[in-house]
Parts: sequence; structure tokens; C-alpha cells
Amino acid sequence: MSVAAAVRTAAAGLAWYVKGLMGEDAYEKYQAHHESVHGTDAAVPAMTEREFWRDQTDRQDTNPQGRCC
Amino acid sequence: MGATSSIPQGATEEPDLTQDPALPPVALDPTIHDAEEAHWTPLKIAIWVAIALLGGLSWVMLAVVRGETVNAIWFVFAAICTYLIGYRFYSNYIQKHLLRPDDRRATPAEYKADGKDYAATDRRVLFGHHFAAIAGAGPLVGPVLAAQMGYLPGTIWIIVGVVFAGAVQDYLVLFFSMRRGGRSLGQMARDELGRVGGTAALIATLTIMVIIVAILALVVVNALAESAWGVFSVGMTIPIALFMGCYLRFFRPGKVTEISIIGFVLLIAAIVGGGAIAGTEWGAAMFHIDKLPLAIGIIVYGFVAAILPVWLLLAPRDYLSTFMKIGTIGMLALAIIIVRPEIFVPAVSEFATSGTGPVVSGQLFPFLFVTIACGALSGFHALIASGTTPKLIEKERQTRFIGYGGMLMESFVAIMALVAALSIDRGIYFAMNSSPALTGGTVEGAVTFVNSLGLTGVNLTPEMLTQTAKDVGEASIVSRTGGAPTLSVGLAHIMQQVAGGSGMMAFWYHFAIMFEALFILTAVDAGTRVARFMLQDSLGNFFPKFKDTSWRTGAWLTTGIMVAAWGAVLVMGVTDPLGGINTLFPLFGIANQLLAAIALAVCMAIVAKRGMFKYLWIVAVPLAFAAVVTITASILKIFSSVPSVGYFAQNAAFSKALAAGETSFGTATSVEAMEAVVRNTMVQGILSIIFVTLAVIVIFTALQATWHAWRTHANATNEDLAVPSRIFAPSGLMATRAEKATQAEWDARPSTGKRKAREH
Repeated sequence: MSVAAAVRTAAAGLAWYVKGLMGEDAYEKYQAHHESVHGTDAAVPAMTEREFWRDQTDRQDTNPQGRCC
Repeated sequence: MGATSSIPQGATEEPDLTQDPALPPVALDPTIHDAEEAHWTPLKIAIWVAIALLGGLSWVMLAVVRGETVNAIWFVFAAICTYLIGYRFYSNYIQKHLLRPDDRRATPAEYKADGKDYAATDRRVLFGHHFAAIAGAGPLVGPVLAAQMGYLPGTIWIIVGVVFAGAVQDYLVLFFSMRRGGRSLGQMARDELGRVGGTAALIATLTIMVIIVAILALVVVNALAESAWGVFSVGMTIPIALFMGCYLRFFRPGKVTEISIIGFVLLIAAIVGGGAIAGTEWGAAMFHIDKLPLAIGIIVYGFVAAILPVWLLLAPRDYLSTFMKIGTIGMLALAIIIVRPEIFVPAVSEFATSGTGPVVSGQLFPFLFVTIACGALSGFHALIASGTTPKLIEKERQTRFIGYGGMLMESFVAIMALVAALSIDRGIYFAMNSSPALTGGTVEGAVTFVNSLGLTGVNLTPEMLTQTAKDVGEASIVSRTGGAPTLSVGLAHIMQQVAGGSGMMAFWYHFAIMFEALFILTAVDAGTRVARFMLQDSLGNFFPKFKDTSWRTGAWLTTGIMVAAWGAVLVMGVTDPLGGINTLFPLFGIANQLLAAIALAVCMAIVAKRGMFKYLWIVAVPLAFAAVVTITASILKIFSSVPSVGYFAQNAAFSKALAAGETSFGTATSVEAMEAVVRNTMVQGILSIIFVTLAVIVIFTALQATWHAWRTHANATNEDLAVPSRIFAPSGLMATRAEKATQAEWDARPSTGKRKAREH
């Protein structure tokens, strides 16, 4: 593996990690879950990206989580 | 939420966990794990011998060799080597004998999967999440205050305490909650300890939450009062967060990393701009705020923030906080390794035995162990470990890496905070951390007071204080109590040696203040919200309307009650003629440790009910220690006849002086101040009594449950029913050879993905 390829792999790994840590991959995970349960069944449409993020923060409104001291 | 089903008490039958034969193995046979561990190659032996030797050498350098100074690098090595050994051997022992995770069982993230709250998350990502959720201002503040007793007691407690107590608690609570579908500590207490123990645990959690929020807010007030620069830059986080919230809501939903980077750049601009603005006349006048108005400002902020929708303020602030936290802690670790500061503080100072230290009163036992709570043993973690994390775990065996390993990381943060605090001049340390009642709040007063302590090697001059204040861009650093400013000076001192030189000290100082204030304010906001829901839930038992959390009036009312509760304690701390933080901080530590005792008591009852008495000591030893420490500390706080230690002794002394018609007494210079002391000590004393009573009830009910289990040879559990798993993932940070082989089988499958959620 060349140096450039190694750097690329490392950068991709870092990007994946930061995305996961910040929770940016939440919608992708939701989509994957939805598809695995309902398939592409049009009767149960998945939330759109915008709907999903709204729903996510709105759920925190009714189910708050503490942060530690 | 909550339990879907549970095995009735007394049921023992083994659930059927036969896996789907069409899938590659979902779990490695335990014998394979055992064989991998028992396989000692010469290289492995050499590595562990090296770790043990380096760790041993570091401890010798810290504890035995008595030179003029000790290098900070030994703290780092002693900590890391001890953590590695504790993780590899002790947590493994707990896993093998006590918890016995079974990867054939699906975790809640799998059998309750909804793609939102319950979602299997990569173990390395979840480790970061969990760490960011547990690590806050606590591990940064406690060690700073405990540094007055010398470096050794704090270091030993942080490192040894975490291995045998703190990390054990986090690991156990996480595991037990995961086995119960992610149930909260309060629910588990009710299941395991019955109505009385459960109710006591709930009330204790609620009051402890109030105290913790109040004292965190006090730390922020102390750090920002009379600092125009700090007030401006921390105040700017509010519009920055609002902007980020709107950006994510309306403009680019889900672009979390992008907006966090934008927010971070704005934060840095706010820090730099704060310096410029504090330098102008109008800026200094406008943002120079005294303690009391600032405290009231924070109370108003706390109320508004807790009723605003999450997306507007809390969520974006959370992103910023995570970003800053991981970044700054990493940066500090690197800087300590590069700079390797020399430490001039004695191993054990005179205050450890005399108990007359000006920072926090009381002798090493038990007060060291309550001053340093977070970092060694923190009860608050039990709320996190039974909150979000158990709902995201992919495989059972990963609880060891995330629960035990995550807490080791926090302990390391505490060690770094200790090193940063120890690296500054000892005279400056005492000038910053002694209350204004002792220093008079002036440079001359501080110099006279600190030099009168008669500490060897300490010779404070007024120039040292004015120069340091000038370096960090503050008008004064005298009596900046609460730990945060001291840590910031230490961090600035270390960072300027890596980047920027002394010209950058003011930036690094305010960067550190910002970093702490940011997550304290998040904790205040989130803590108020959680407390409000707990209160609504409890009130709902009497007035059913309160159960409806979308009822606006009820939500505002309960939020108001919680804010008033912590606000009252905050105002009390701010106006306390005795100094505030030094009288209240022990209450914070005691509260946190009592919560730990409650969590461990619940764990003990669970272990006893499984009939695993042979390994009960794993829980019983830290529980006994936490119970002895906190109950002794509480009793001293209630009954001690030394006024600086006992709340009621102080109360009696001031009451007597008032009755005798005196107009000044001790550090209180007016009748109002004396009355304030009488009032404050009474409140603090009563709080101590409430805490210790509740904790004793919980521990007693746990002992009762344990005794009952012993007598009846119980083998019962409140776990959710076992469901066979259909996914695979390695358990530790690195996949082992056998895990890699199994993972390869999964990766080779032609289906939609390597994992497939269970069909409903």
C-alpha cells in the first residue's frame, strides 16, 4: 500500500469516527434499520432526513438525559 | 421504555439461545476467549513485564524517592500502567466470574431496535459517547482542591480508587441495566430493594441532583465573577449555540460535524474578541459583573434554558461541548507528555493530618475521599450507565471495554487535572484557593495570609500575584476559588510552553475557562430537565395531571421548583461570609459518593439474588468503603465540635455570638453576615442529615435483600427474557485473532449487510 493510500484510509477512518462520535450517522442508522424491518414497503414510509432530525431533538424534549458533573 | 417482560423471581430455567444455523457464529465460545487469554507468548509476557516494571518504578518515584521535585511524567506512567493492569486482570476477573456476559444473547439495542433510542453502535464510537457523557467538570475540580494535601494522597485515591471502586461501579451498573432493557437506576432500585428502598433512592437522587447542579453553577460563578473577558466569551456561547440550533433545524439538518466546526471557530473568535473587549473601557464596565448578579443571571438562564426546546440551545451546546471536551483533553495529555513539568509540592502536606487547610477543611480521612469524587468513584455515572449507553451496546461482552474502560479514561483526566494544578507555584495556588474571608480579596492580604501558613518552600510576593494576573489577562487572581481558575492557570502554564509562549497565556487561560463553563452550563441545563421530569413523575402519584409532561403549566411549575431549589443553594454559596465553595464542596462530594453507595447497594442486591455470594466482595468492598467514607464525613459535618468542620458547631458559635450582642465574629464582619452564617450552616446541616439518612435506608434495604437471598438460597433475577442474538461484533478495542476470523465469516456473507436487525 502506498503512502497516499494509507493516508486516505486513515483520513476515512477518522472521518467515520468523528461522524459516529458526534452522532452524525444517526439518520443513516435509522434508514438502515427501517429498511431491514419494512423493506422498501411504500405503506410504511421512512421519515425524511429533515423529519428525522426534528423528531430526534423533539424526543429529547420529553426524555431528557443527564450530563455528568 | 421499561421492562417488557422479566423472569419471575425464583425462576431458574435456562433460556433457549440456540442461534439461527444459517448465520455464522454470533458469539465465540467462552473457552476460545479463555484459551486466547491463557496463551502467553514470549512477546506478551515481555510486554506485561515491561508494563508492570514501568508502573512499579513510577510508583516508587512518586511514593518513595524524596527529591526536591518530582517529574509529572511519573504520574502519567503510574496511572497508565496501573490502568492497563487493572483492566487486563481485574476487570477480566469480574467479567469471568461475576458478570459472565453471554454474546449469544441479544442486547436491548438488538431486540428492542427502533433505529433511534435503541440502536447497535460500534463499540469504539460508543466508548467515545459514553466517555463524553460521564466526563465533566467534576474530575477537573476535585483534584485541584485536594492538591492542598500534597500530591500523593490524591494520586493514590484516583488511581487505586478507580480500579477497585469507580470503574467497577460503572461496569456493573451498565451491565445490569443492559440486561434489563436499559432500565434506569431508580427503576432498578425499586425492583431490587422494594418500595421503601426504591423511594429513598429516588428522593436521594433528586436532592443530590439539586446539590450537584448548584455547586457546578457555583464553580462557574466563581470563575466568571469580576472577569469581563470570561463573562463576554462564555456569554457568547449562547448566541453561538442559538445560531447552530437554527442552522441544524432549518438550514442543514443533520450536518453535525460541519456546524460543530463552525461553532468551534466562533468560540475561538469569542475568546480572542473577549480579550479585546475586556481591554476597552466600556467593555470592562459592561461585562465586569459581581458574584451575586452573576448568580442571579445564571439562575434565570437555567430556567429559560430548561424550558426552551432542546433543538434550540441544549442540542447544539452538547455538540460544542463534546467537540471541546475530547479535543482539549487530548491536547492537555499531549502537552503534559511534551512539557513534563517539574512539581515542587510535597508528597503529603501538613494539611493532610492537621485538617486546617484553607481550601477545604478536614483531615485526609475522610475528606480527601469526598473532595475527589469524580475520577475515582462517581455515583452520578450510575445515572449515565443506566441511561443512554445500555440501549446502544452491540454485544454483551463490550460492557467491559465501555463501562470499565470509559471510567479509567475519566480517571486519567482527573490525574491530568491534578498535575496541572500541582505544576503552578504553591504560593499562588493557596492565594487563588483561599476564600476572600481569609485573604481579604487583596494582593497584600493574600500575601500576608499565605506566608503566615508557614509552608516550607513557599515565599509569595505581591509581584508574583500581579504578574500572573497580568499574564492570564485578569484584574486579579486572589481568591478565585472553585478549582476552575486554578486549573486554567495550570493548563495555560503548560500549554504556553508548547504553543505561543507567555504571550499566549491569557488565551489559554480563557480557553480553559470556556471549556469548563461550557460543559458545566450544559450539565446545569440537562440536570434541571432531568430533575423536572423526576419531580413531575413523583408529583404525578398524588396529582395525576403532573404525569402529563406536555402540560405546559405543570412543566413550567416543576422547572421553577427545581431551579429555585438549586438557585437557593447557589445564592447561599455566593453570599456565604465563610467563603462558599469550601463549605459547600464537601456536600457535593458527599452527595456524589452517597449516590455511588446507593448504586453499589443496588448492584449488591442483584448479585446476592443471583446467589453469587462467592464473588459478592467485588461489590461489597467498594460499597463498604464508600459507605464508611460518606457516613463518617456526614457525621463529622453534623456532629464535629470543630466549627470549620461541623456545620452545627459553626451554627452554634455564631448563634452564641449573636446572642451575646456581638456585631462581628470570625470572618463575618456584620450582624447580617453573622445571621447569614447561622442560616447557611443550618441548611447545610439539614441537607447532610437528609443525605445520610436516605443513604442509610437504601444500604440497609440492600443488606436486607442480600441477607434474605442468602437465607433462601435465591437464584432469581429481574432481567429481561433472553433473546437469541443475530449479530456479531468483537468485544474489546482491538479484535482478537479468533474474533477477526469470525468477523471475516460475517463480512463474506453476500446479504444486505454484515448485520441484520431482528425481524418484528
